[in-house]
Amino acid sequence: MRNSVIRISVFCAMSVLLASGAISAWAASTEADYKAAYSAAETANNEAGKLRNQWTTTVSALKDAKKAAEGGDFDKAVALSKHAEALAKASIFQSTEQKDAWKAMEIK
Amino acid sequence: MASTIRVRATSSGETTEVQALIQHPMDSGFVKDASGNLIPPHFIQQLTFEYGGKPVFVADWGPAVSKDPYVKFSFKGGKKGDDLKISWVDNKGATDTSTAKIQ
Amino acid sequence: MRATIRLAATGVTLAMLLLGAARASHAADSLNPPADAKAFQKFFTDKFPKVKLEDFVNGPYSMDEGLYKQWKEKEEFPPYEFALDAGRDLFAKPFKNGKSFADCFPNKGIGIRQNYPYFDEKRGKVITLEVAINECLESNGEKPFSYTKDDMASVTAYMAFTSRGKPFDIKIPNDPRALAAYENGKKYFYTRRGQLNFSCATCHVQSPGDHIRAEVLAPALGILNAMPIYRSEWGGMGTISRRFTSCNSQVRAVPLKPQDDEYRDLEYYLSYVSNGLPISGPGARP
Repeated sequence: MRNSVIRISVFCAMSVLLASGAISAWAASTEADYKAAYSAAETANNEAGKLRNQWTTTVSALKDAKKAAEGGDFDKAVALSKHAEALAKASIFQSTEQKDAWKAMEIK
Repeated sequence: MASTIRVRATSSGETTEVQALIQHPMDSGFVKDASGNLIPPHFIQQLTFEYGGKPVFVADWGPAVSKDPYVKFSFKGGKKGDDLKISWVDNKGATDTSTAKIQ
Repeated sequence: MRATIRLAATGVTLAMLLLGAARASHAADSLNPPADAKAFQKFFTDKFPKVKLEDFVNGPYSMDEGLYKQWKEKEEFPPYEFALDAGRDLFAKPFKNGKSFADCFPNKGIGIRQNYPYFDEKRGKVITLEVAINECLESNGEKPFSYTKDDMASVTAYMAFTSRGKPFDIKIPNDPRALAAYENGKKYFYTRRGQLNFSCATCHVQSPGDHIRAEVLAPALGILNAMPIYRSEWGGMGTISRRFTSCNSQVRAVPLKPQDDEYRDLEYYLSYVSNGLPISGPGARP
C-alpha cells in the first residue's frame, strides 16, 4: 500500500513536469523546433519499444503532434511532442524500475 | 448456412416455456467502425413466434436491442411434440424462419 | 612453507566455490514452479474460503451471488453456442489437401485442451493451442486464422468444449529454457506497465471480486480455464490473445503482437499455476 502511494506521487510529480513543459512551449515555435522535439520524442518512444513497454498515450500524442504540424500549428505540435517525450521517458523509467520491483508483488 | 435461430420450448402441461437465441449484428446505426465511418443501421424489426397458426409472441424491436439477442417467455397451452414456428424480419428486408418441436 | 600458502589458497578458492554453489542453489530454490503453483492456489483459497478450488474457473461468477444466479440461467442457453457450432464445423471440414485438424493433434484433437501450452524442446519455445492451430493450417497450405477472434475463437471453443472437466496438466520439462520461459511469463504477469502503472496482478491477484466500474474482476487462478469467452463487453467471442492484448491496452500499454514470446510465456505460467483446475471453456463473461 505504502509503496503504491509513493508510486502514485512519483507519477503526479511527472505530470507536473509535463504541464510545465507544455507551458514553456508557448513562445512561437517554428517547423524546425517541431522537428527537433518530435524526433526526440520518437527516439524515446523507440527506446520504450525496445523495453517492450510503450504507452498508448505516447503513441496518440505523437500522432496528434504530427497532425498539428501538418495543419501548420507548430506551437501545438511542439507542445504535444514534448508531452509525448515526457510520457515515453516515464515509460522507460517504469520499465527500469520494474526490472526487479516486480518481485515484490509475487505470491510466495 | 446454418440457421440464425436457436430455440428450446418445453411444455409443463399447462404452459410452454420458450427460450430463443438469434444471431444478428443488431447495428444501431450510431456506431462507427475503426476508420470512423458510421456502420449503417441493421436490426431486427419484428420477431414472431407462432403456435397452431396463431402468433403467441410478437416483438417489435428497434436499434436498442443488443447483438445476438436472447428471448425468454411462456404462453398458455402448447402440447409436447407440436411445432412452434419462429421468424424474424430486419430493416433490410432479410428474414429467417425456423421450426422447433415443443418438448 | 610454500606448500602451506598454496594449500591455504586452495582452501580459500574452495570456500569461494562452495559459497558460489550455495548461492546458485539458492537461486534455483527461488525457481520452484510446483511451490509457486501451491502458493498461488493457496493465496486464492485463503482469500475466498467459501469458493471451492474448482469453482475459480468460473471467474467473477464464483465471487458474486447475483452474478452467479444470472450465469446459471445464461448457461442454459449460452451466447457462445453459435461459435461452438461454427467451431465444430470448421474442425470437421477437410482442408484442400484432404487432411483436417484431427490429423495435426494427438487423439485427433479431442479432449486435449488441458495439455496446452506445452514447451517444445526441439524449438525451445512455448507452443500454445492457438499457435498449434495456425501451424496446422499453414503446414497444410491453408491460410492461418487471425489470433484474436472469429474462426480462432470458434475452433478453440470447440476444442475446449471436448475437454471440459479435464484438469489443466501443464508440464515443465527438465530443460533450462522451459524454466526460463516460465520465469519470463511470471515476470510479465507481475510487471507494472502502461500509463496506469498496472500489472496483470494488480487486478487479478490484488483485487479479484472487487468492482472496476460495473465489472467484477476475475481471479487469476483459473482465468485461462474458461477461454475462449463470449464477452458481452466485446459483443462477441475472444481468444486468450484477445484477452491479453485488450488487458494491456486498458492500462494504456501498447499491446505486443498476439503470440509474441512474452504472451506465450505468460500463458505458460498462468496455465501452470492453475494445474489441477478443470477446463470450463468456452465461457461467457459480462
